[in-house]
Amino acid sequence: MAVAGIWLQPGFAKGAVKQGGRRIVCVGGGITEIIYVLGAEQALVGVDTTSLYPQAATTLPSVGYARALSSEGILALRPTHLLATEDAGPPSVLRQLSDAGVPVTILAANDTFEGVIERIQRVGALTDRNVQASQLEKQLRQDWQRARAPILARKTAVAPRVLFVLSHSPGQVMVGGKGCSADGMIAYVGARNAVDGFDGFKPLTPEAVIAAQPDIVLMTTQGMQVIGGIDGVLKLPGMAQTSAGQKRRVVALEAMFMLGFGPRLPQALTTLDQLLINAMQVSP
Amino acid sequence: MIQPILRPPGIVRALRSASQRPAWLLMCLLCLSIWGAATQGAVSITSRDWLAILQTSETPLSGGAYVLWHLRLPRIGFAVVIGAALALSGALTQGLFRNPLADPGLLGVTSGAACAAALTIVLLAGSGIEVPPVLRYWLLPVTAFAGAVGVCFVLDSVARWLTADSIAGLLLTGIALNALAAAVIGLCTYLATDEQLRSLTFWTLGSLAGANWFLVTTLLAALILALWALHRLTHAMNALALGEAAAAHVGVNVRRLRVRVIALVALLCGFAVAWCGMIGFIGLVAPHMVRLMVGPDQRRLAPLAMLVGALLLLLADTAARTVAIPAEIPVGIFTAMLGAPFFLVLLVRMRKGP
Repeated sequence: MAVAGIWLQPGFAKGAVKQGGRRIVCVGGGITEIIYVLGAEQALVGVDTTSLYPQAATTLPSVGYARALSSEGILALRPTHLLATEDAGPPSVLRQLSDAGVPVTILAANDTFEGVIERIQRVGALTDRNVQASQLEKQLRQDWQRARAPILARKTAVAPRVLFVLSHSPGQVMVGGKGCSADGMIAYVGARNAVDGFDGFKPLTPEAVIAAQPDIVLMTTQGMQVIGGIDGVLKLPGMAQTSAGQKRRVVALEAMFMLGFGPRLPQALTTLDQLLINAMQVSP
Repeated sequence: MIQPILRPPGIVRALRSASQRPAWLLMCLLCLSIWGAATQGAVSITSRDWLAILQTSETPLSGGAYVLWHLRLPRIGFAVVIGAALALSGALTQGLFRNPLADPGLLGVTSGAACAAALTIVLLAGSGIEVPPVLRYWLLPVTAFAGAVGVCFVLDSVARWLTADSIAGLLLTGIALNALAAAVIGLCTYLATDEQLRSLTFWTLGSLAGANWFLVTTLLAALILALWALHRLTHAMNALALGEAAAAHVGVNVRRLRVRVIALVALLCGFAVAWCGMIGFIGLVAPHMVRLMVGPDQRRLAPLAMLVGALLLLLADTAARTVAIPAEIPVGIFTAMLGAPFFLVLLVRMRKGP
C-alpha cells in the first residue's frame, strides 16, 4: 500500500525509473495475471477493477471500471504503455490517450486456449519477456494437454447438459448461450451447453429453463452469493422442474478464475471438470 | 432597546447587494469554480504549465501543459456550455408547457437520441456494413442528434394533427412518443450482443470525457445563436405564462411560438445528448432554482438558469473526475447529489416566505 501511495503522486513518478523506464497501465484481469506470471509486474503502475488476481495487483492504483476510464487519471500515472482488452473504453478516452503519446495496445478478447497463448506472446513482446513468454507457453501447452487428456478420453460417455447462470443482482438473472465465455469453458470440459438457441447472454425465463433441461447449473461464486447460495438458485422460476434443481446440482467457481482466460486456464479446466464429475456422482 | 445604528461591515453589505444581483454573484461563483476546476485533477499543474499554454511556441506541449490545454480546459469548457445548454432547454420547456415538472426529456429529445443511437448500433452490426474509421467517430453522435431533432418534429406534426393548438395535447403526445422510443430501445437492448450493449450503456450513463475544443466552440456558437433567438421569444413566452388563450388574445401566435421553442430545445439538448449521453437533473432543477430566486420572468430566468446549469455541471464534473483519482465516477451521481440538497433548501426558504 505504501508503494501504491507513492506512485499516486505524479512528482515521484517522474523521478522513478522502473524496469527500463517502462510503465504499464493494464486494463483487464487476464492480462494483469499474464504480466505477473511473466515477472514483469515491476513495470505495472496501474490496473482496473477486474484485476483482482494475484492479490498484489489489488494494491496498485486503480484506474476504475474498464469501460469508464479517465484520460487524465491514467496520464497522471505517467504510463509508457496502456495494455487493454476490447472491453476498455470509452473510445474517446483511448483516443485522447494515444493523442497524448501513450501507445495503446488492445488485445483481442479471444476466449480460447489459443487466444490465451496469443495474449501471452504479445504481452511478452511488449514487456521484453519473450523468453519467459515462450517458456510459459510451453508449460501451458503441457498443462493444457494434461488437463484435456482425461476429458477427451471419456468421450463415449453422455455429456451432461450444463446451464450457465449469471446474476449481478437478484432481480437480474441471465443465462449464457452460444459464444459467451462460459460456453467455451463448457465445451472444453466436455459438457454440453444446455441452451444453444441464441448468442451471448439473455434474461432467464422459467420456460426456457425447463426446456433446457440442465443436469447441472454452473455459476460464478460472486453470482451465487448475490442470489443467496444454492437455495437461492433452486428457487429460481422453473428450476424445480429440471433434474439439476431436483438433485441440487449447482456448482460455482470464482469468476476471474473460471472465465478470465488467463494463465490459470488449465487449472480452471481441471477444477471445473472435477466439480462437474463430483456433482454428477453425488446425486446420480 | 439598542437600535442597530452601526453600519454593517463591508463584507456583509457586499454579500447583501450580491444577493440582490444574482447574475453578478453567479458570474463570480462560476469564475471561481472554473479556476478551482482548472487547478484540480490527477496531474499536478505548475505555474510553468500555465505559462506554456499562454505562450505561442512551435514546440508541442508536453506533460502538465498538455493535460491542461488538451484535456482539462476543454472539459471544463464543455461542462460549462453543456450545463448552460441543458438548463436553457429546461427553462424553455417548462415555460412552453407552463408546467414546473416538464423537462426536455418530455419532448422526446433524450429518448429520440438514445433510440436513434441504439438502432444504429444494433442494425448496423446486423447488416454487416463496414463503416470507414473516419466516419465511425461521427456516426453515433450525428445519428443521435438526428434522432433528437426528428422525434421533436414528428411530435409537433402529430400533436398538431391530433390536438391542434393545445399544449396539453403536445405534452400527452410527447409522453406517447417517449413510451414508443423506450420500447424500441428495449428491443434493441434485447437484440444487442454483449459488445453492442456496452456502447448502448454510454447513452444512459452520461459522461463529459469526450470533450475537445472543437465541440466546445461549436456548442458555444450554438448557445450564442440560441440566446439571440430567445431574445426575440421572451415576450411571447411571458405572455404564454398567463395561459394559451390569454397569450393568443395579446397577439401571440402560439402555434409559431411552439415550433420555434421546440426547434431550439431539440437543437440544444440534442447536441448535448449526442456527445455526452443522458445527463439528468440539470434541465429540471436549474430553472427551478432560478425561479425561486428571481421569479418566472423569462427575460431574467433563461440567462440566469444557464449560469446555474453551467455552475452545477462544472462542480459535479470536477467532483466526478477528482474524487477517485485516477479513476472516474459517473457525473450523473454528482449532479443529483449537489443539486438536490440545494433545491430542498430553496423550497424550505420559499415556504417560510421572503
